[in-house]
Amino acid sequence: LTKIGLEIHCQLTKLESKLFCSCKADYRSFEPNSNICPVCMGLPGSLPILNKKAVEKAAMLSIALGCKIPPKIGFFRKNYFYPDLPKNFQITQYNAYGPTSIGYDGMIMIEDKEIKIRRIQLEEDPGRLVYSGSSEKTQITLVDYNRAGTPLVEMVTDPDFENPKQVRIFLNILADLVENLGVADPSLEGAFRVDGNISIEKGNRVEIKNVGSFRDIEKALHFEITRQQSLAERGIPIPSETRHWDEARKITVSARSKEEEQDYRYFPEEDIPRIIIEKSLLDNLKKTMPESIMSKKERYINKYGIPTQVAEVLSSDKFYSDLFEQSHTEKNAKEIANLITTDLKGFADTKEQREQLKLTPKHLSDLADAVLNNKITRSSGKTALQEILKTGKPVLEIISSLDLGNVDDESSLIKAIDAVFIDEQKAVSEAKQNPDTINYLVGKVMRKTKGKANPSLTLDIIRKKLDSK
Amino acid sequence: MSLTISISQYVQKLRDGTLSSEEFVAKTLERINNVEKNLHAFISINENAIEQAKQIDKKIKTKEKVGSCFGMPISIKDNICTKGMKTTCASKMLEDFVAPYDATVVSKLKSEDAIIIGKANLDEFAMGSTTEYSCFGPSRNPWNTDYVPGGSSGGSGVSVSALECIASLGSDTGGSVRSPASFCSVVGLKPTYGLISRYGLVSFAHSIEQIGPLARTVEDVAFILNIIAGQDSHDNTTIENGSPDYTKDIDVGVSGKKIGIISEMVGKGVDKDVQSATKHAISTFEKLGAECIPISLDSAQHSVAAYYTLASAEASSNLARFDNIRYGFDFSVEGYEYNSYISKVRSNLGPEVTRRMLLGTFVLSAGYYGKYYQKAQKVRSLIKSQLTESFKKVDLLLAPTMPILPFKIGEKIDDPLKIYLLDINTIIANLSGIPAISVPFAMANGLPIGIQLFANLLQEKQLLQSAYALQKTTNLPEVPI
Repeated sequence: LTKIGLEIHCQLTKLESKLFCSCKADYRSFEPNSNICPVCMGLPGSLPILNKKAVEKAAMLSIALGCKIPPKIGFFRKNYFYPDLPKNFQITQYNAYGPTSIGYDGMIMIEDKEIKIRRIQLEEDPGRLVYSGSSEKTQITLVDYNRAGTPLVEMVTDPDFENPKQVRIFLNILADLVENLGVADPSLEGAFRVDGNISIEKGNRVEIKNVGSFRDIEKALHFEITRQQSLAERGIPIPSETRHWDEARKITVSARSKEEEQDYRYFPEEDIPRIIIEKSLLDNLKKTMPESIMSKKERYINKYGIPTQVAEVLSSDKFYSDLFEQSHTEKNAKEIANLITTDLKGFADTKEQREQLKLTPKHLSDLADAVLNNKITRSSGKTALQEILKTGKPVLEIISSLDLGNVDDESSLIKAIDAVFIDEQKAVSEAKQNPDTINYLVGKVMRKTKGKANPSLTLDIIRKKLDSK
Repeated sequence: MSLTISISQYVQKLRDGTLSSEEFVAKTLERINNVEKNLHAFISINENAIEQAKQIDKKIKTKEKVGSCFGMPISIKDNICTKGMKTTCASKMLEDFVAPYDATVVSKLKSEDAIIIGKANLDEFAMGSTTEYSCFGPSRNPWNTDYVPGGSSGGSGVSVSALECIASLGSDTGGSVRSPASFCSVVGLKPTYGLISRYGLVSFAHSIEQIGPLARTVEDVAFILNIIAGQDSHDNTTIENGSPDYTKDIDVGVSGKKIGIISEMVGKGVDKDVQSATKHAISTFEKLGAECIPISLDSAQHSVAAYYTLASAEASSNLARFDNIRYGFDFSVEGYEYNSYISKVRSNLGPEVTRRMLLGTFVLSAGYYGKYYQKAQKVRSLIKSQLTESFKKVDLLLAPTMPILPFKIGEKIDDPLKIYLLDINTIIANLSGIPAISVPFAMANGLPIGIQLFANLLQEKQLLQSAYALQKTTNLPEVPI
């Protein structure tokens, strides 16, 4: 039986400042070593000052993952030497002497399977090492401390996964969840990092580290299963070790350093007194934190009658659900949900695309109303939407400038229908025999009017015309 | 004009205009120049002191707002960061380190127009009780320069005692303010843990240590405490103290107070001159109207073992950052791999620091954590709870600060255990967080003896009042140098 457990590091990218000082949490835009201060550089005499907002965000995440939250949380020092670690210890949380991390014993359901969250801990990110060439062969290693001290949560699961696919589904759900909560933007480079622990039946546990993007973890796990199985088939024991994911070659390689044997000499970080997590804080967070994806989905289905699949897509993507929340009315909700999940999708898949969109909630609302009021057809709606995305012009202006308005005066419709009846005599006689084929004629009229024909009116006229002959 | 002037006299003269800061600072620098070759209280001297004094004098003349220190010269232990001046911790590792910021205590003093006259010598990273472990060489006791001045804030004690400044800031991890105060015949206070910001104090054992003032009188210590105490947004361990005026009502006396004499600290192992001075102090308090009763504190016998376990554990982690990569001394990385470079540069740490880092690394190691670190924490809680019990019965506790008289330089340096045992009477205050003060009380063979008083958490006011009462009964000689 294959067992997989995960350690997920997620930066709390939605915070203003670092975990223990007032430097920016958003370090990505800075020149190397310019987003630093005595505290995050660990200069002699400096002391950590805990960012209370980070505790709140981590508590929110713990609540969302169904974790228990201890009445008092505390920090520990994890001691090891590494050039990216300014103090040569990392301030983190540690539950070996009783639960003092921000969350523990949580759970996520994926496809009716429980994945238990062992613990959630708040900690500081180290700096970043930059090599010339590969890390093995580099002659020069540069250190950028801009990232040092960035607030990070580490989420550790039980080894509950049976295959890499479950891992991928779980990570997608988790990434959507942290984004929906407003604690992190998982799409930022290095914001969401995953290590995997994997063992096959009777084999030792192997840790996979350094998986750059969390989408690669599935590949890395597949590779490991194949590798471990082929060792097992040949009767070769699988050593317990740490392996690194080689992104270029798409394989895992044994890490020479014996990281697992390191003694981190954990002990309490007394520079930060224990923090009492008041019940009132938790109550307040529960009241004010963003609605969960699950709850949104149910609301969309029950309140607006949005189909389950559409509600799922809409609720799990914070960008889509925010757009929906800001644009819909009771009446046009279903139409907006359709516009977003069928017509907008494809134009707003990546972060870059989303940033360039000129779409406002008002656009969506106006557009949905125009469709509902038969001002334009659904297919013209799609055309209009594409124009909106590009130009940001008001819906009415686009309808008139692109001449998308419905043809619903009877005389022009009759003209179009007459022409179709002449061209499609065979189809007309067929429709007389079998009324089910009438849609073919409607489609032809649509094409003739470039999709602008009022569909119900068209149908009426065609029926009358067929009857009268 | 005498350099033995008290703070209140100094302030009065500056207000009157009968003394200028420049005059006083110049005379202080002259004094430093004369005595330093025999004493070595300082690692560095502020070269801009005269210029800064002139600025303050100008403010006084033009009736601008002047801080309450009126340009008085104060020395700062060289493990407390000062912007623009070196902060070496008496270590090769930081021999050229200039902090880019002021410690909170330093910026508070500066904003009250104190002048940082120089950075005082110490045992390397404050690890030691004699100031012999400074990489720049030992400080000497002004009462007899063959003798140690105590430590680790030896330079602070010497500079105050030898009139090289008006007051000093030291740090007290296991007695490091009170030991030199006792050996140099000055007053030294270890405040309640959290009363004073440690921001800018280079950490040795951060859960245990506090910055503390040294001065020639109790009221001078109270004056400095007023300036440096209080909660600080740069230090999460600081606590709200209600900002009392520590100098106010300092002379209320001890009538009706109950003082517990710690039985374990006045008998076995205590020098007989120290014993008789202690007895004298007890009878003095009784004459002043206090009631003295014996109090047993049997957990104190484990305090030295617990202290050296915990302090070394914290030190091993705190000092790990000194890898010479981001700052340090001039030593090229050329030809070294990361780990070998670190081990090479760290061989420049002195013997006592090395000893404690090894000890601390050991007690935190897997398999030993429970046996040593956690056990030491249990001793710590036991000491705390016994002290809490004691303070239900008495207002203050009393013991000699040091069990023995100052000894000769070099006499004990080869026996670290003997030096560790010097802290036997001071450590309980650090492990429990309570405040303690050492007051000069007697002399024997020309060497000073200090009496130590302890009070409950945040009871500095009461502590200073009692220390003041004791100080008033003394008539001690002037420093011979």
